[in-house]
Amino acid sequence: MGDMLDRRSFLRIAGTSLSIGAFYSVFAPLAHGAGSEIIKRTLGDLNGEAPAPFSFIQLSDTHVGFNGPPDPLGTRAFENAVATINKLGRRPELVIITGDLTHDADSRDEHAKRYKLFKEIAGKIRAAQVKVVPGENDAGLDGGDMFREFMGPTYYSFDHRGVHFIALDNVSAGRPAVGPAQLAWMKSDLARFSPSAPIVVYTHRPLFDLRPDWEWFTSDGDDVMNALAPYENVTVLYGHIHREHFHRQGNTNMYAARSLIFAFPDPATPGARKPVPFDKGQPFKNLGLRVVKGKAGGRDLRVEDVELSMNEYSGTVGMDQMLKHGKGDASDE
Amino acid sequence: MNTPTNWRKRASTLVLAAAVGVGLAAAWLTGGGSGDLALLADASQEPRVVDIKAKKFAFSPAEVTLKKGEPVVLRLTSEDRTHGFLLKPLKIDTDIKPGQVTEIAVTPTQAGSYIAICDHYCGTGHGNMKLKLTVIE
Repeated sequence: MGDMLDRRSFLRIAGTSLSIGAFYSVFAPLAHGAGSEIIKRTLGDLNGEAPAPFSFIQLSDTHVGFNGPPDPLGTRAFENAVATINKLGRRPELVIITGDLTHDADSRDEHAKRYKLFKEIAGKIRAAQVKVVPGENDAGLDGGDMFREFMGPTYYSFDHRGVHFIALDNVSAGRPAVGPAQLAWMKSDLARFSPSAPIVVYTHRPLFDLRPDWEWFTSDGDDVMNALAPYENVTVLYGHIHREHFHRQGNTNMYAARSLIFAFPDPATPGARKPVPFDKGQPFKNLGLRVVKGKAGGRDLRVEDVELSMNEYSGTVGMDQMLKHGKGDASDE
Repeated sequence: MNTPTNWRKRASTLVLAAAVGVGLAAAWLTGGGSGDLALLADASQEPRVVDIKAKKFAFSPAEVTLKKGEPVVLRLTSEDRTHGFLLKPLKIDTDIKPGQVTEIAVTPTQAGSYIAICDHYCGTGHGNMKLKLTVIE
């Protein structure tokens, strides 16, 4: 295979998530590069399905039901993100939402209403598939029962155009953990793949110790990463931290997406975690979309920042109407 | 359920932190345990018991001060639901279940400040549930 099969370029997922998410171009190098047909056939033989170029979007932390300081916008950013996705020139085949779809509620009925509203908004996304994993707000109190009722399994896997996607649940145990049963399932799930298989893992919390005293970690994340270590093309997508972040561990690139509700500070910030204050003048500050498109050969990636429309919110009437703080606390995360 | 009088027996079943070099040392109180840690505790000194109650969404007390070199037992209880007690730098990570007493033996070896958090999601104020642990000379 030699030069034609540059394994590190199999899965050229490029993109830095901004607020509403990231637009990833997968396999751009395979689309047009020299020897691409040979590579695709080879991968097809190895993995059972030949990879093909495609794009997907990651959203995270929509927190439907949250309506309090510091962000009084409720679901506005989420709805705006959906509108932005639907206006993209290229319709994404896949949208992944990495947890905290809903904000936790004291009563089951209220939480169920939030799930229904989430599904109503997410149902407007014009994409072939929308996949989700739970966050602790969705599943931390009931072991994932309501998530399963409304959304389906809390962990699973699927293949899409030669990429193996694994959804991991590191919240339903109540603690930041995947747990031995799910870990065993993941190992079994991976067993059929060769080391060169392109794999995308998506989950809610970071799988490494990003900031443990802010609960930005997964207690058995090392076990997950050890199980993934033999694989050469692994990307991990997660949310929870409400800001973009990149971390590389071994062969694995890990990307965090911003939230659709409010931002948290840089993990290097000393002391307590406090939300970034809401800026009435820039209600969607830290909220936006970055589109990354692969061009010929995949070596020239074009990055576009898509700003959420502020027209509706720029007038004082609109903003003042929205500044009706409800119950909730941004530090509830 | 454990009582204040049987903490020594209970402590022998705990998985304790090997925290040498990061500020505290957890010590086996029954005279066993790993040698380095056991040496840090004065076996003749009766450990002070520090009661810590967990309740949505706070620990009580919210601040605990320990003296360097003083063996103590942190006795954790919950007044409502399952909480967590995570002191990652010291490798202390346990659940606090209602109706049970969880005891953790520690002997501070270095002055400093640490933050323990509840890492068992307990509701919409969970993110504020912290305890400041200070070790003085």
